[in-house]
Amino acid sequence: MQIYLPIAELPVSIFLVLGLGAAVGFISGMFGVGGGFLMTPLLIFIGIPAAVAVATESAQIAASSMTGALAYWRRRALDFKLGTVLLVGGIIGTVLGVWFFNAMQRIGQLELVIVLSYVSLLGTVGALMLVESLGTLWSARRGRPPRLRQAGAHPWYTGLPLRMRFHRSRLYVSVIPLMVLAIAIGFAGAVLGIGGGFLMVPALIYLFRVPTAVVVGTSLFQILFTMVAATVLHAGTNQSVDLILALLLVVGGVFGAQFGARAGQNIKGEHFRLLLALIVLAVGVRFAAELMLQPQEPFSLGATETRR
Amino acid sequence: MRSRPGWTGAACAAALLAMIGVRPAAAEALVVSISTHRVQINSTYTGSELVVFGAIDSDRRSVTRADPYAVVVTARGPRGSVVVREKVPIGPIWANLSQRKFVDVPATLAVLASRPLEEIATQQLRRRLRLGLLPAAAPPGIGAIGLDVLSEDSFTNALIRLKREAGLYVEDPRAVTFLTPTIFRAPVPVPGTAPVGTYDVEVSLLSGGVELAREMTSFEVGKVGFEQDIYSLAHRRAWLYGSLTAAMALMFGWFASLIFRRD
Repeated sequence: MQIYLPIAELPVSIFLVLGLGAAVGFISGMFGVGGGFLMTPLLIFIGIPAAVAVATESAQIAASSMTGALAYWRRRALDFKLGTVLLVGGIIGTVLGVWFFNAMQRIGQLELVIVLSYVSLLGTVGALMLVESLGTLWSARRGRPPRLRQAGAHPWYTGLPLRMRFHRSRLYVSVIPLMVLAIAIGFAGAVLGIGGGFLMVPALIYLFRVPTAVVVGTSLFQILFTMVAATVLHAGTNQSVDLILALLLVVGGVFGAQFGARAGQNIKGEHFRLLLALIVLAVGVRFAAELMLQPQEPFSLGATETRR
Repeated sequence: MRSRPGWTGAACAAALLAMIGVRPAAAEALVVSISTHRVQINSTYTGSELVVFGAIDSDRRSVTRADPYAVVVTARGPRGSVVVREKVPIGPIWANLSQRKFVDVPATLAVLASRPLEEIATQQLRRRLRLGLLPAAAPPGIGAIGLDVLSEDSFTNALIRLKREAGLYVEDPRAVTFLTPTIFRAPVPVPGTAPVGTYDVEVSLLSGGVELAREMTSFEVGKVGFEQDIYSLAHRRAWLYGSLTAAMALMFGWFASLIFRRD
């Protein structure tokens, strides 16, 4: 069954989009990530214009992170204060990101930017996560205790000025590195159509030692509001948000996420990180293959801009 | 009622042809009709097809042509700009380094004929009359030499090849069928990804390697109903539309957490 997307201006199969939403929702529910880093490339892959895919995906991430954030909030596994600081940075990053997105679209290089960013971002992050989680698994097997948080040993950037105390996360760190992190992720989120959970969660754990109990909830809280801002900004400035596509993705994603969340409870922490690393890496490799292999068809068509 | 630029275009083309004397003093006239002048895109739209009917009106019944009539129907979508990129190897990476922007390309193009174009007219005539995918897709101002250059150009060929693969450009030498010796029909495809706008249809009657008559008509592709409402809301009240979309997303997320609440 096909439905015509009014903004993307093409018909798509309802079941294909619902299925994609459910599959990505499953993964996102399982790992507490928005799933945008999978969904946006998939949408581009099935023929949705890159601009529409990125802008519309932000609406879907808003919906799935709403569900997720509410669940963590009920369990009190959420640091509102830390989330709010990250949110301020996230919104600044989003505004910059949408501005950059529109500028790239104007000069016709948006798709190139999106593909190149996906390769470098996913490749780097995936490889880092893989090495880290393999290392953890390896030392666990050898019987060595995993490295624990050492009292008194704090990285230099946490001691910058404007320090703030986050009781829920048992942190006393400078706001500056948190802001920089949130701005960078907000920027990437708006340009690439990702929530940035797969960047935010490891960054908070490894760079700031935020306890794993609150990290996912806090990240979801931040993503929720950043993506609402991204949706409104994209719609307001480049008119690329497709309501029908968003609706299909949201409905599919909502159901997938519930089953994913249940599946996620049965996975151990180290395995969990290894799996996530493999998924991130796989998407990165998929994009890298596109760059590295000799293409059968070296030419490609951009979108046709007709005069209205 | 929208204006139909196709009609004025037809008038200009006819005047121009008369002035430069391309058309021989032919005994035939073409009468062309189209099954609909408005293709409506609604939520179930997956592409459409309309039919061009034509009758050959020959005022001198005594005239007998040595060659049978041949008809070429060319349907052009709205013109616009498109970028063709070429992947070039740099070290281990293939990157879209080389690109060209085509500014005046029809978004869709259907070239339908009653016989293969090579049998209908010489290459020279096909180029002059803009018959065939490349001549029909080329910008209006380009001459025969320009077309020669374009036909050798890898970007132009890639543009046409990719458009064909995407189903946007169609060339079918058997699509025009004669119902009687003087009445023909041609189904014009409108693909699902066709943009909204005015589509021009040119019908050319040939025989014995010369063009006897040419007629033009046009149709509109437009969104209607819910699709149009969403499209205009997204463009005219963009911020409101964005807020509504975001609110919808949040509402669904909240509903989901109510439905699936486990504690």
